[in-house]
Amino acid sequence: MSDRARDQVRRMLALVPYLQDQGGVPVEQVAQDFGVDRQTIVNDLNVLWFCGLPEAVTGDMIDVDMEMLEADGVVRLDNASYLQRPLRLTAREALALIVALRTLRETVDQGAADAVDRSLAKLESAAGDAAAAADSVEVLSAAPVDPGVRATVQEALTAARRVHLRYLVPSRDETTERDVDPMRLLSAEGHSYLEGWCHRAEDVRLFRLDRVVDVAVLDAAADPPEQARPRDLSAGLFQPGGDDLEAVLELAPPARWVSEHYPVESTEEAADGRLLVRMRVGDPAWLRRLVLRGSGSVTVLEPPALAAEVRQVARMALQEYPSG
Amino acid sequence: MTTTVTTRKAERLMNLVICLLVTRGYVSKDRIRKVVDGYRDQTPDAFEKMFERDKEELREIGIPIEVGSHEALFDDEPGYRIRRGAFELPEITLEPDEAAVVGLAARVWQHAGLARQTTDALVKLRAAGVAVDRDALSMVEPRLAASEPAFEPLCDAVVTRTPVRFGYRRPGREPAERVLEPWGVLSWRGRWYVIGRDRNRDAPRMFRLSRVTTTVRKAGRAGSYRVPEGTDLRTLARTLLPPPPAGTAVVRARAGAGNALRRRATAERADSEGWDRLDLPLTHVDELAEEVVSYGADVVAVDPPELRQAVVARLQRLARLGDGVSG
Repeated sequence: MSDRARDQVRRMLALVPYLQDQGGVPVEQVAQDFGVDRQTIVNDLNVLWFCGLPEAVTGDMIDVDMEMLEADGVVRLDNASYLQRPLRLTAREALALIVALRTLRETVDQGAADAVDRSLAKLESAAGDAAAAADSVEVLSAAPVDPGVRATVQEALTAARRVHLRYLVPSRDETTERDVDPMRLLSAEGHSYLEGWCHRAEDVRLFRLDRVVDVAVLDAAADPPEQARPRDLSAGLFQPGGDDLEAVLELAPPARWVSEHYPVESTEEAADGRLLVRMRVGDPAWLRRLVLRGSGSVTVLEPPALAAEVRQVARMALQEYPSG
Repeated sequence: MTTTVTTRKAERLMNLVICLLVTRGYVSKDRIRKVVDGYRDQTPDAFEKMFERDKEELREIGIPIEVGSHEALFDDEPGYRIRRGAFELPEITLEPDEAAVVGLAARVWQHAGLARQTTDALVKLRAAGVAVDRDALSMVEPRLAASEPAFEPLCDAVVTRTPVRFGYRRPGREPAERVLEPWGVLSWRGRWYVIGRDRNRDAPRMFRLSRVTTTVRKAGRAGSYRVPEGTDLRTLARTLLPPPPAGTAVVRARAGAGNALRRRATAERADSEGWDRLDLPLTHVDELAEEVVSYGADVVAVDPPELRQAVVARLQRLARLGDGVSG
């Protein structure tokens, strides 16, 4: 309850300088710029109408044209010359904005990186002491990406040209060759990706840039088909498909990281710090490698055929160590 | 009903801000009670409580209310003021390309709290006349996720220099309580860590947020420690993270297999029929053994002997897995 009043005051303190001397601003635009709905802005204006200089001084109230708002959906606010500027950025706001910009800087081309640097300098100066908070949060770029690969991919995106990729698929232990029509570059969960229409898969695919072995810009124009849509990543990078394999694994304590690192459908604590996880797996080869990697700390409960396959592979591998 | 209470309170807080902002010098509590709507009809006790709470609310949203007195106040009672210079966002203008990248920043955080803080910051910039471009089209979309529940409380603790305690589970160990003076939070390979002085060990330590097993609680007052002069999170993280490769390992890989290993091999040459021999940088024997085993019968450890032994031990465990062991 008190938080709502606080949020409202915070918003109104920005609303007054935003609206002043603007003539009229459509209420829809105000709502959009403030990231709230129209009714919230109307409620704010109804409060601001009762605010102003103390009665004992002049009794001058902020002037909100409520008729204009009702008739035309346009907001006009005057007579608040004492609130010309918004409040300073708080430490938390400065942190969120500055860290976001520094993260952005790691993924853009040189021209945009210059713009990021200039705006960072201005924002840090305007934020004053609050900017120091941003130094408490660091984002280190993840797996190093060959700058040549990044530059070539960016060049292809800008020129809207097709690329040829040599691309490593660790889960299947393959280096693949494919032509891709680039759609966008993005970074998520610590890695940079190229999203594009893959002519080999005939579908939209994400390619991790640090796994691109080689990239060449082709003469052909990038021409993703009508149905190619960037994936909605708001639910995370990996989304289970309908035809995925359902697996149940038992993770011993050294392998609990698996449940933190990969999307799991459910987890259940078991005896001795073990964890039962149920997950959907697009590629059985990936799961086989995960279990091998676990070397006993990851046990497959389902599907049983996979458990048998892992034992078989281990026995074959042992034959390569005659003296062992 | 609740709405009315909220509305009245918001109105009172606004009027208090305006009163303290427009008056030169300090305003006494008596005068505040007389001129700000909403205080006048309160009993003296109720007013005192309300005023204290209101001041706290305003400080919470970042409004600097100063307490002091000047010669116009003859008694000892303090007065209050908001200095315009400390209240107002300084002048800032952004070029169009700068405004475009700042607009993109709003889409970076995939964390409700920090996304909200970024939006609040952008709202202030717009109110200062900066034309932040909300719809800047870009082919570049960095995303910074922070799904760990410990993330927000630890960020707050770092910003306010508040010592914290939390349960922490290292792989293969029982959870234990840690008491930390957090210096900073950092993301590395898509995972979040907190770095600070571990009070029990009296040394810098780094903790992975996803392994924090309890809520993060305060273990002291805000501002009760200092971050050592010259602390650089990046440098510190590197010393706390795994060391760089120290030696060389040799493995054999079947033709066409071990692709990820081949990418970082320092040398690659033909071995017996259908096999290649790779030289690899070696940091941790166990980590490389794990990776070799993940290739099954397609990659074979050759050297050093510890690597060979580690791989064989792992393969033997895998070959036995399920034999006579219940589910």
